[in-house]
Amino acid sequence: MILARALPVFVVGLILFFLAFPIVVVTVVSFSDATYLTFPPPAFGLRWYEAYFSNPDWLKPTWVSLWVAAAVVVLATFLGTLAALGIARLPKGLKIAATGLILSPLIVPGIVVAIGIYYAYSRYGLVGTPIAMVLAHTCLAVPFVVTSVTASLSGIDPRLEQAALSLGATPGATFWQVTLPLIRPGVLVGALFAFITSFDELIVALFISGTGAVTLPRRMWDDLRFQIDPTIAAVSTLTIVLTVALMGVAHLLRKRSPA
Amino acid sequence: MSEIVQPAPVSVPLGAARAFSFNWRKAVPLLLAAPLLIYMLVLYALPVVAMLLRSLNDPTWTLAHYAALLEDVVFIKTFWITFNTSITVTIGCLILGYPVAMGLVRAKSMAPFILLIILLPFWTSVLVRSYAWMVLLGRHGLVNEALIAIGMIDRPIRILNTPLATQIAMIHILLPYMILPIANALRQIDPSLVRAASGLGATPFMTFRQVILPLSMSGVAAGTLLVFVLALGFYITPAMVGGPRDITLSMLIAQQVDHLNWAYAATLSAVLLATALAILAAARKLPGVGNAFRMSVR
Repeated sequence: MILARALPVFVVGLILFFLAFPIVVVTVVSFSDATYLTFPPPAFGLRWYEAYFSNPDWLKPTWVSLWVAAAVVVLATFLGTLAALGIARLPKGLKIAATGLILSPLIVPGIVVAIGIYYAYSRYGLVGTPIAMVLAHTCLAVPFVVTSVTASLSGIDPRLEQAALSLGATPGATFWQVTLPLIRPGVLVGALFAFITSFDELIVALFISGTGAVTLPRRMWDDLRFQIDPTIAAVSTLTIVLTVALMGVAHLLRKRSPA
Repeated sequence: MSEIVQPAPVSVPLGAARAFSFNWRKAVPLLLAAPLLIYMLVLYALPVVAMLLRSLNDPTWTLAHYAALLEDVVFIKTFWITFNTSITVTIGCLILGYPVAMGLVRAKSMAPFILLIILLPFWTSVLVRSYAWMVLLGRHGLVNEALIAIGMIDRPIRILNTPLATQIAMIHILLPYMILPIANALRQIDPSLVRAASGLGATPFMTFRQVILPLSMSGVAAGTLLVFVLALGFYITPAMVGGPRDITLSMLIAQQVDHLNWAYAATLSAVLLATALAILAAARKLPGVGNAFRMSVR
């Protein structure tokens, strides 16, 4: 009887260990003081973080990634929120077609999107520019903004907007004072997802970042082809902390919002 | 005096609002959606379609590229490896995912902790997780050291750069996509059904077999499809931890683009896309699957 109860707990514990352990190892290795990759580390230190923060070859791609992601947030949140507001009121046929187009990057395999974008962008001399990265990443980020805003829109009582309009508020005032405050959590969650989508994206970056817009994931990928030195563990740990913090905020926002 | 005049200024904006709300219903939704729709068409959809067309119009309109695939040994082998890997990974995720989903739903005070462990790797990028498996599975990695320590092997074995490494890493990456839909389905099961079954004398195993499992099948179907379709398109993980000869369809496509062999790359892309879409189209009729796709997909 005790076995019958303990066995499932043990099995689930083991699988959870499998899920968490690789992330834990990368984090622990990043604080190693050894000059080579070994686990458990013989001593702890910040050697690999120093290596990262003192190397322009790492810092430059970090800035490129941060700037590209920031621009993607602005563009994707603006276009996505507007579109979500419109799509909610479109007639059914158009609505399905528009949603299909906007959400398709979630389903179309990454490599197909990447080489399609590479094929077209290279014709217009865009490859290797940060602008191309922003334009392409926005396409990949927009589905998250639209789904998130649509979810909070569907939780709004339409009578609130009707009441504002019938009480004499202009459509603009209704949007700013009624609709936007109600969907704000959804917009914020979408913006956070947009940031992480761009910041973590690799496949499109492999094809269109060229030499002029090398992003952080692309730099890690290039480095991993030659060596797996612990600097990458330090970079990985920093990106894990950043994305987990942002996703944690998004998770809490989504849980608290009524939608 | 003022009492008489007052209604007039109110009635003007009211009428204006009414006139405007007529236009609002008709044109404004489309105007709001148009910027994004045009953006997506120009910067994403048309580029992908233009690329895919190279499979049909290179050098003139022809189906020859598709016909050639049927006798193409490299394609057939790659397609088989990709399909096979996806099936293995899906089965692995199902076996590991179901117990965790049950644990997540049954756990009371531990539930937030379990959810955190599931979401933590889920929120970490595919690149970082693949790197983690490079660290773990290498010749002097932790897995080899542990196997030597417990005496299962005497010297390091090759795990990294084998199909097994790809399968382990892909299962790790895709497991949350299996756990979350199954947990959703399990949560919706009425607990009184489970109580009724055991009250009527069913053993825990019988209750599971005859009540819980059938009622969770929508989640199982959704998770299975999600994992399978995502696995078909995997590129980064097999390229990083897989064997040099175990090329997936995505890797073959990337390789052909490097050789500027656009017609072949486009044909392979069309096949990969069509396979994924065909599976999704067939699956859309299953209950509960739509819900799963609405969950975040990365």
